[in-house]
Amino acid sequence: MGPQIFRKTSELFLPAASCPRYKDLMPHDLARAALTGLLHRTSVPKEVTDYIIFGTVIQEVKTSNVAREAALGAGFSDKTPAHTVTMACISANQAMTTGVGLIASGQCDVVVAGGVELMSDVPIRHSRKMRKLMLDLNKAKSVGQRLSLISKFRLNFLAPELPAVAEFSTSETMGHSADRLAAAFAVSRLEQDEYALRSHSLAKKAQDEGLLSDVVPFKVPGKDTVTKDNGIRPSSLEQMAKLKPAFIRPYGTVTAANSSFLTDGASAMLIMAEEKALAMGYKPKAYLRDFIYVSQDPKDQLLLGPTYATPKVLEKAGLTMNDIDAFEFHEAFSGQILANFKAMDSDWFAQNYMGRKTKVGLPPLEKFNNWGGSLSLGHPFGATGCRLVMAAANRLRKEGGQYGLVAACAAGGQGHAMIVEAYPK
Amino acid sequence: MVACRAIGILGRFSAFRILRSRGYICRNFTESSALLTRTHINYGVKGDVAIIRINSPNSKVNTLSKELHSEFVEVMNEIWASDQIRSAVLISSKPGCFIAGADINMLAACKTPQEVTQISQEAQRTLEKLEKSTKPVVAAISGSCLGGGLELAVSCQYRIAIKDRKTVLGTPEVLLGILPGAGGTQRLPKMVGVPAAFDMMLTGRNIRADRAKKMGLVDQLVEPLGPGLKPPEERTIEYLEEVAITFAKGLADKKISPKRDKGLVEKLTAYAMTIPFVRQQVYKKVEEKVRKQTKGLYPAPLKIIDVVKTGIEQGSDAGYLSESQKFGELAMTKESKALMGLYHGQVLCKKNKFGAPQKDVKHLAILGAGLMGAGIAQVSVDKGLKTILKDATLTGLGRGQQQVFKGLNDKVKKKALTSFERDSIFSNLTGQLDYQGFEKADMVIEAVFEDLSLKHRVLKEVEAVIPDHCVFASNTSALPISEIAAVSKRPEKVIGMHYFSPVDKMQLLEIITTEKTSKDTSASAVAVGLKQGKVIIVVKDGPGFYTTRCLAPMMSEVIRILQEGVDPKKLDSLTTSFGFPVGAATLVDEVGVDVAKHVAEDLGKAFGERFGGGNPELLTQMVSKGFLGRKSGKGFYIYQEGVKSKNLNSDMDNILASLKIPPKSEVSSDEDIQFRLVTRFVNEAVMCLQEGILATPAEGDIGAVFGLGFPPCLGGPFRFVDLYGAQKLVDRLKKYEAAYGKQFTPCQLLADHANSPNKKFYQ
Repeated sequence: MGPQIFRKTSELFLPAASCPRYKDLMPHDLARAALTGLLHRTSVPKEVTDYIIFGTVIQEVKTSNVAREAALGAGFSDKTPAHTVTMACISANQAMTTGVGLIASGQCDVVVAGGVELMSDVPIRHSRKMRKLMLDLNKAKSVGQRLSLISKFRLNFLAPELPAVAEFSTSETMGHSADRLAAAFAVSRLEQDEYALRSHSLAKKAQDEGLLSDVVPFKVPGKDTVTKDNGIRPSSLEQMAKLKPAFIRPYGTVTAANSSFLTDGASAMLIMAEEKALAMGYKPKAYLRDFIYVSQDPKDQLLLGPTYATPKVLEKAGLTMNDIDAFEFHEAFSGQILANFKAMDSDWFAQNYMGRKTKVGLPPLEKFNNWGGSLSLGHPFGATGCRLVMAAANRLRKEGGQYGLVAACAAGGQGHAMIVEAYPK
Repeated sequence: MVACRAIGILGRFSAFRILRSRGYICRNFTESSALLTRTHINYGVKGDVAIIRINSPNSKVNTLSKELHSEFVEVMNEIWASDQIRSAVLISSKPGCFIAGADINMLAACKTPQEVTQISQEAQRTLEKLEKSTKPVVAAISGSCLGGGLELAVSCQYRIAIKDRKTVLGTPEVLLGILPGAGGTQRLPKMVGVPAAFDMMLTGRNIRADRAKKMGLVDQLVEPLGPGLKPPEERTIEYLEEVAITFAKGLADKKISPKRDKGLVEKLTAYAMTIPFVRQQVYKKVEEKVRKQTKGLYPAPLKIIDVVKTGIEQGSDAGYLSESQKFGELAMTKESKALMGLYHGQVLCKKNKFGAPQKDVKHLAILGAGLMGAGIAQVSVDKGLKTILKDATLTGLGRGQQQVFKGLNDKVKKKALTSFERDSIFSNLTGQLDYQGFEKADMVIEAVFEDLSLKHRVLKEVEAVIPDHCVFASNTSALPISEIAAVSKRPEKVIGMHYFSPVDKMQLLEIITTEKTSKDTSASAVAVGLKQGKVIIVVKDGPGFYTTRCLAPMMSEVIRILQEGVDPKKLDSLTTSFGFPVGAATLVDEVGVDVAKHVAEDLGKAFGERFGGGNPELLTQMVSKGFLGRKSGKGFYIYQEGVKSKNLNSDMDNILASLKIPPKSEVSSDEDIQFRLVTRFVNEAVMCLQEGILATPAEGDIGAVFGLGFPPCLGGPFRFVDLYGAQKLVDRLKKYEAAYGKQFTPCQLLADHANSPNKKFYQ
């Protein structure tokens, strides 16, 4: 086991949902809010922070190092370096583990890690032809050159280029891949709807009981204050059954109701070396005990990261499934979660694709995503990782367990798992 | 290197590729125990849906045979009679194949057109009944759905296909010289519109599932699945079946309409085709085009047009009758026999008769990044072989790398590859100027300039750096391999691999073994060739091997004919109207005049007078003037970038005039000129068999057609002897022998065949 890595409180913020009032914001605004929320909750002195790392997926070109812009805006010392990482839906996980690495290697003692995603406004580019024309115009010296360039302009140059929603290597959207994955594991539409309903019901219950304490209220400039996630909508199976498939039409099984929804959001977390935290008088919340990254075929196994990562991280940490008290898996789609369950429960899959003798084993459902998940709480790509870890830590505290396991899949066929251990009281 | 561009007719033969066997294990899904007596088709019932499963025993593919047909009729009758069953799904249990087509042997066994017509009519009746079925039948298509298989599918009420590369639909009958004889000529025009139906039936092209969906040939697509709780192929078929069942139920419950929404263009086309005048114009245009392309040498396309026309103009009864009759007539034609022979030959040449090599070739190194070297690299990286491309200069290497990239990028433009796949394939290629990494090579193919001392030098250099098991293959078109191998420390590992240019288009690979070449080396070379997608003939070593050796005497005759004052354009038209895809004079330009000269000199020395005829001085003078053919912009013709029409190179007039010889009127008719060329080719081919250069006539035919553009409608030199008659050919040869001498003396084997009419190359 590596050096004891300690993570003090995280207190991330996550007013979810892509509501119209966010559209005037920029990503660093949300990230900054997460940072100030963190400062407020932990009352960590700004100047002791050695480093700041943020994860994000769709980059705003004006703030390509969004971590730095947010940190400056939040009042951190301009002497504190910050960088931004990206790894699709596990970007925040990458931010955390990068921080862990900095602490483990003795570079830093105090790191703030987080993630941000603003889906209400995404960079839409001019077409390649238009960009080329504009760049050439910039370089043109004489009026004649400019005119001849302008004469090359065609109306179709104005067609905009949207950020890609499809996997670059396969040109397949994630929902489409999830539908095929569900079919490959023979996951039915009803099973998916039932699982989605469970997620929404549990999230609603957790929200009502005030368990989602990691949320920081966010005052939208000139508008209302957002105080809670607004995507939690427990419905009925009958209502859900009425929806048409969203990706594979007309016979697919993945619908809007059993998929995670894209939202705006940011998260932040304070990670410290244990001695440092104790020396500063903090009461630690949990250890980030161990972690692993995996990757596999981005076409047919795009979303199977948790299946591959779970046994590896357990083995690495010297634990078994039975040791885990709280599972927090990223719910990209109901079908994805259930396909992962079936894969983990299959000897055949373990033997033929994972090089294992026996199956991974199924996480017990009663310990699984008990406070809802991305299906109900929303999925701001770059920020979700911290939310998962936070939920695991808070659940361990609340429910009295020792180990939590966080796992997530990501575009590119990648995956991540992390072991969280409750700090002894 | 002998570079033959065979375009047009020959290019269409690529459709045969899909008929090649695939290595799938047959499984037998059966649910209903009472029906196990049938061998090709069984069915089970799920709820109120019958699942009809096709699985021909002991075969990698399903073919429409008499047995399959009669079992299908039985099964359908039971389904129609059952009260429990309301709809049906028709699916194959073989993952790579729905139905690959009709059983060719069934047709070949027929002695008269009437027998074939009868087969056609039986199939027509069955499919008509299926089309009118009140219980909807859904065809669930995975893998090749061709010929009779497609005709069966289009008779069903609904079609669902897997969207993968293995799933192709098409009517390749025309490539076998026949027509879709089970109602296809009547149903396809109604289903996809007349123009698209003509395109399908006249080109025989394979249509991928997504394209078929756009055309209206299939109604739904199902994406292939990845690994789950079962192997992907197995689960994908299962999923296809599940989806098909939901549609079958939907159709039976009338919740889904089998009618398809047509697009605007489609509607307009359909409307236009209701106007008799427009229809006549379409027929006329198509017929003109066909006549131009086939030169009237292939009867099938014209009959297809005729049958479609009959159906539309005179009603379907007349159409079906005409279809079955013309089907019978076509199956008995020489052209059809020739084309079916080529099909069989091709299947044969897609097998490795040496068995599996001891070590799989995974790392390939190619010396020389010229046209050939880069072409070989392209077809190798394509199939996942890690390939080193080595050249002596950076410029040469860069050109070669660009050629590979362009070849792949062209596929991206045609949507056959994604740009990502292109990049990932291209990363299999390493371009370099040194021998780094050769220690890992399993095979080295040299494609350096055709010069024995240079080949010796690279062989020695390479042998110093490669591992013991590594095969050294020489891509040469005429230098004897044993001479190249003479300096080798391990001649058992030396072999010839003669590719044809352009390598990515030409399907043939001629593999040359010497006395010393080991069996395992041969097995390795064939395995690599097959991996590269080639049709392979294996021949013995000798000057010019097989292909170049057959071509040389014909080329010598080309020169003589030109010397006799026949204009290159006229010569081209005489050869193309005989069925060669490229005219003889153009061929010289394409091959390269210097190469032709080189080969003519080498083989002239080796074979002496028999290879004489034209004066090699003609080629020498052309080379000295820089008229090297297409590559130098001038040969017999002038070639300009972007200019399609070819003009004669007027500077050739002087050369031709200075070498002019008087024509001999008794052997100078158009037909005689054609036969002077062809008989020399055929005679030399037969001699190669006689001398043991060739192992089988089938390889000789495949080599000639796929490598040299010998008219496919004649089926290759050996099939031609069989169908035309050895005696008649010998008579012709003797006539020319009288005029020109030894060059036309029939070889012994040909004379034997002429003497005993029962002797045939193909029994």
